[in-house]
Amino acid sequence: MSSREAILKAIKEAKPYSESALPEVNILHTTYEDLDAKFASTLAGVGGIAVHLDSLTAIDSYIKEHYKEATVIVSTVEGLHVTTKELNATDDPHTLKDVDLAIIKGEFAVAENGAVWVKEADARHRALYFITQKLMIVVPKGEIVHSMHEAYTRINFSEKDVFGLFISGPSKTADIEQSLVIGAHGATEACVVFI
Amino acid sequence: MSHNHSELADKFASNVERMKWHDKALWFVRVKRDTQAKSLDEWEELRNTADKIKSHTLSHLDEYLEQFEKNAIARGIRVHWAKDAKEHNEIVLDLLRSKGVKMIVKSKSMLTEECHLNPYLEEHGIEVVDTDLGERIVQLRKEPPSHIVLPAIHLKKEDVGTTFEKFLHTQKGNSDPTYLTRAARAHLREKFVGADASMTGVNFAIAETGGVVVCTNEGNADLGASLPKLHIACMGIEKIIPRLKDLSVFTRLLARSATGQPVTTYTSHYHGAVEGGEMHVVIVDNGRSKILADKRYVKSLQCIRCGACLNTCPVYRRSGGYSYGYTIPGPIGSTLAPNRDLKKYYSLPFACSLCFSCSNVCPVKVDLADQLYLKRQDVVDAGYLSPVKHNALKMATWLMCRPKLMDFAGWMARKMVPILPRALLYSKFNLWGKARELPPFPKNSFKELYKAKKGIK
Repeated sequence: MSSREAILKAIKEAKPYSESALPEVNILHTTYEDLDAKFASTLAGVGGIAVHLDSLTAIDSYIKEHYKEATVIVSTVEGLHVTTKELNATDDPHTLKDVDLAIIKGEFAVAENGAVWVKEADARHRALYFITQKLMIVVPKGEIVHSMHEAYTRINFSEKDVFGLFISGPSKTADIEQSLVIGAHGATEACVVFI
Repeated sequence: MSHNHSELADKFASNVERMKWHDKALWFVRVKRDTQAKSLDEWEELRNTADKIKSHTLSHLDEYLEQFEKNAIARGIRVHWAKDAKEHNEIVLDLLRSKGVKMIVKSKSMLTEECHLNPYLEEHGIEVVDTDLGERIVQLRKEPPSHIVLPAIHLKKEDVGTTFEKFLHTQKGNSDPTYLTRAARAHLREKFVGADASMTGVNFAIAETGGVVVCTNEGNADLGASLPKLHIACMGIEKIIPRLKDLSVFTRLLARSATGQPVTTYTSHYHGAVEGGEMHVVIVDNGRSKILADKRYVKSLQCIRCGACLNTCPVYRRSGGYSYGYTIPGPIGSTLAPNRDLKKYYSLPFACSLCFSCSNVCPVKVDLADQLYLKRQDVVDAGYLSPVKHNALKMATWLMCRPKLMDFAGWMARKMVPILPRALLYSKFNLWGKARELPPFPKNSFKELYKAKKGIK
């Protein structure tokens, strides 16, 4: 008998009997009067920043003003002029290790926890999200939900989808004496731009 | 060798200042958890729903595992099954060897700790780099983690400073947490870029989609698993959840319970390998199906490893993770460890004041305190209790079964104890009084007071 069969057999024999069906996830969740304000304050609480801009051109200017030291800039958002490196030209994600700023597309934001759902079906290298020094996520204005319950009604994984994630602020750790340090292994700064 | 929690706890608590600091550091996390829990009116409903989802899943575990396997395979993920730690380690080693892997980066996985994977791989010539900052710190110090979410919580920043001085050549005497974290970031970036393969744990495996979810704050699992061509994710059979939308419940509970954050920085949903790469999932039993068969302890398989029960436990906070002598310390470890080896871990169910705080904070409603109470009885039935304690309990039972004698003994105690010399009262035979003071003795017993009040003669 293979281990697979042995394990499944052991589970079949051991599992508790229960008539209780899988419960519906139908939770009356907390909602917020001002979604944008709640998102911004929650994101600020986890070390990120939310800004509202009018256009792609405004993003270009914002980056020129706020990321003066970024020399290698890549983007999965089309139409930006500040990018310095073609992302999909490389086959090897290791070549992204020098990226100072990555601008990526977020589908929607979650007010309760400052997270943004990112699933870029056409992005070749998911490493970009984590290897970049600084991260900017561009989310369409108004694409914001109250809670994770609403969020998961908008999420699915089709056959072709291999990766998706929530990102809430910059990477962080409190492993040394419970002192919060922003910038562990992932991005050291995270900015969410609504346009 | 059996572990005696109270002896090891004694050692930990002998440094009073450090013990108090440890206690405070964890209480700080517990308070943050409370703030988050109280910010949601639906908190209890979330816990109830999480409990129901997990308990339903356990009663259909084989079906959901098969569904997960089918959907994962359809996505091109390879699925492996391991009966025990040995088989798990062999599967991993074979995979690594087949790709000629020399160095792997690994994110936190209590399962691989349980299987002692690191020493096994190292014996076979593979360099293993733990990438969670706390795990890296204890790995460099050749120590096991002392907490399941905060692996280096037993260390002060000065300890980390000297460790990094030695291994990462940081400035002498510099123990600034930001400085040290940056040094680790630079050191581990080299490892991330140089690794031939990555290993992660699994927070949730989704039967419906055949994918797995890993939650981190540091981004180490995420960066690790997105660079090399080989990603191996290891999970216990109990990590399954039925549907994608079940994550809306668990992601709301996990980080709030663990560290008092609204959600972890990264909640990565892996549903396939990186371009041109391979993703493998190893499903491990290693004693879990045995727990599944025991109604009294089955709920311990609902655990999502948030660590809230450790942070709230008055015993854990004051005795430290190492006093448990098991991979998973605290209340959840105290019920899991004796399942593995009752004789060795007989003392853990007693490392508990039955305050029930663990049961009350658990986001998936594991009946921890009830389990520890039952486990004590298993220990007694198996004859593993120390003879001193066992005989004391037997004498107390005998006495309490004889009301007249009990009344007399109580009367004697009330008369005698206040006049006995301290040296005699707190002699070595009074184990209870070793670190405790007896309360002042009242004139009358409760029974007498009750009768007087009710006018019963």
